[in-house]
Amino acid sequence: MKADPKGVLTGTHFMDGDHACCEGALAAGCRFAAGYPITPSTEVVERFAARVPKVGGAFIQMEDELAASIALQGGVWAGAKSFTVTSGPGFSLMMEHIGYAAMTETPCVFVDVQRGGPSTGLPTLPAQADMMQARWGSHGDYEIIALCPNSPQECFDLTIKAFNLAEEFRVPVMFMMDEVVGHMTEKVVIPAADQIEVTPRKHTHKSFDEYLPYGTNGDLVPEMAHAGDGYNFHVTGLTHDERGYPNMTLPIQDKLVRRLQNKILNAVDRITMTEEEQIDGADVVVVSYGITSRVAQRAIEAARKKGLRVGKMRLITAWPFPEKKIKELAKNIKAFVVPELNLGQMVREVERAAGGQAKTFAVSHAGGGVHNPEDILKVIVEASR
Amino acid sequence: MTDNLNTDLLNKDLTNKDLTNNDSCSDGSCSDDVDVLVNPVEQFLRSDRVPHIWCPGCGIGTTVNSFARALIDSKIDLGSLALVSGIGCTGRVAGYVKLDSFHTTHGRAIPFATGLKLANPKLNVVVYSGDGDLSAIGGNHLIHAARRNIDLKVICVNNLIYAMTGGQTAPTTPDHSTTSTNPYGVFEPSFNLPHLVEAAGAVYVARWTTYHVKQLSRSIAEAFNKKGFSFIEVISPCPTLYQRRNKMGDGLDAMKYYKEKSKVKHGCPTSEVGMTMTGEIVVGKFVDRERPDYQTMMRAQYHESLGDTYVEQPEMETVCS
Repeated sequence: MKADPKGVLTGTHFMDGDHACCEGALAAGCRFAAGYPITPSTEVVERFAARVPKVGGAFIQMEDELAASIALQGGVWAGAKSFTVTSGPGFSLMMEHIGYAAMTETPCVFVDVQRGGPSTGLPTLPAQADMMQARWGSHGDYEIIALCPNSPQECFDLTIKAFNLAEEFRVPVMFMMDEVVGHMTEKVVIPAADQIEVTPRKHTHKSFDEYLPYGTNGDLVPEMAHAGDGYNFHVTGLTHDERGYPNMTLPIQDKLVRRLQNKILNAVDRITMTEEEQIDGADVVVVSYGITSRVAQRAIEAARKKGLRVGKMRLITAWPFPEKKIKELAKNIKAFVVPELNLGQMVREVERAAGGQAKTFAVSHAGGGVHNPEDILKVIVEASR
Repeated sequence: MTDNLNTDLLNKDLTNKDLTNNDSCSDGSCSDDVDVLVNPVEQFLRSDRVPHIWCPGCGIGTTVNSFARALIDSKIDLGSLALVSGIGCTGRVAGYVKLDSFHTTHGRAIPFATGLKLANPKLNVVVYSGDGDLSAIGGNHLIHAARRNIDLKVICVNNLIYAMTGGQTAPTTPDHSTTSTNPYGVFEPSFNLPHLVEAAGAVYVARWTTYHVKQLSRSIAEAFNKKGFSFIEVISPCPTLYQRRNKMGDGLDAMKYYKEKSKVKHGCPTSEVGMTMTGEIVVGKFVDRERPDYQTMMRAQYHESLGDTYVEQPEMETVCS
């Protein structure tokens, strides 16, 4: 369906990534947010707090991130598209509720504007060190989707995408920004509402007798009811059967947890987005994401000037990881170079997917700034040998 | 929602005659004057989930009975009612009531309920959870929801201990009692929950025990007609853990204790209702005051600041509507 024009600020703007993310959420139809202040993410909810009373919705500043990350899920079950926004320390506090959203199949978006860590770390400076936490931070087996914008324009476009994926798969989507992307100001073009495709809630219209809250047929994603619809349904974080009733038996656990994984894994090709450049005939492919992809671009171009055959693969979707693409690529190239603002996270996925068919070089950075393109270039040169 | 509930029961005074199911003697073995009663609260329960997990002598089921009777008495619109629980023995209430019901995470029933209420103001939202869940791990949410005066009805079943995990000390465990984590006796002071929530801003505060089933039911019905943060504490026995460890007998002994030691003191200052291990239990309605709730204040503020540019939340699209 098309976006509700009320939430769409059509026009050309000069806007930072945090604000663009908020506009993306409003354009996607998000009408409820629960937040807690934390640098460098706060501008997203500040803008939401100012904008949402004018489009028909609500914002609440909760007492902590534990509260924010579950209040937003209450909002979802009441019928609203909802999100919360945070950074490292807050993201850590939200982990239990990412698991709850995965288990109860609550469609929602968690925005993490990454800053340097561990602990309080570098509140005002960038990092990309929450990438593994986004994937594995809550206990138990589950799948999530994570997107990585590299510009304010993408903060707008991909936030809409994040909400759409959340609704399509009934899964929490991690929106993995970083401090630089959040705070950089660039041109952001917001199209007309009728140019924006939004995915509606998979809202059931079955009869009360017929409806099974966690019953699926074929596509593995159940239809959803809202509080007040009349279904008298039950939602629990306990292992549950198709009725939503607690059922802690081995067959039910196996069936449920595998379905939660497979609904994402079976659709990997449809979910994963990458941006590729000159990968045909390349000796080395630089794999990067977020702000680092823009720094890497300079290194790639410098390497090409030296006559090296260098391709680029930008991960727009970090999770589920585009394993097949990396695996295929590994057959034809000498090496991957993976710069990222951490001491080695996504590089391990690249290495695993490459399966020894191509070498993998990390260009690590402890966070607090971005790479010097020279450092990436050096590794590209080394990898090309 | 009401199509699968017997709404007749909600609309008139109950008599035994009303509750008679005359069709149950189809084999002719019983005469017409033997009435088989239908439990009036059964319509609110997920009978297909029985047997429940609660121990013999536990008071949680009794509170659910009082709650269900309050639903009948208050004539509340069941279609707009949602119930939210946290984790623990009382947290399982959400699983047994035939309502839109949410069994959330430990301590977070109140913020989840806050999200439900804010995103769809038409919902009547009940939080039904235990003392540990609401006042320890969820203590911060409890006081902030009371401060904001979010329109939630909180029923706190206080069994004075962490029961689901095997009898550990709770913030409500009375001084000198023995628990699995204070094997030599509890020495830390306990929370007086009515005092805490009154100080934080609740508009309705009452306490009963599971001996006071009628009074409890009336209090819950009263809270349904109140806008704002309402808190009803129910002192409830845990024979398996609290009483056994403290040599306080079984469920029946708890009823005798509640009967003998409870004192009804409506309007009693909450500073005077703290509990001890074997002393008096002050029960009654302690607080009933008016204060605008969060959403009323929110709308007023937006109207004042934004004027015509304020767009009130549209009503949620529901299947019923």
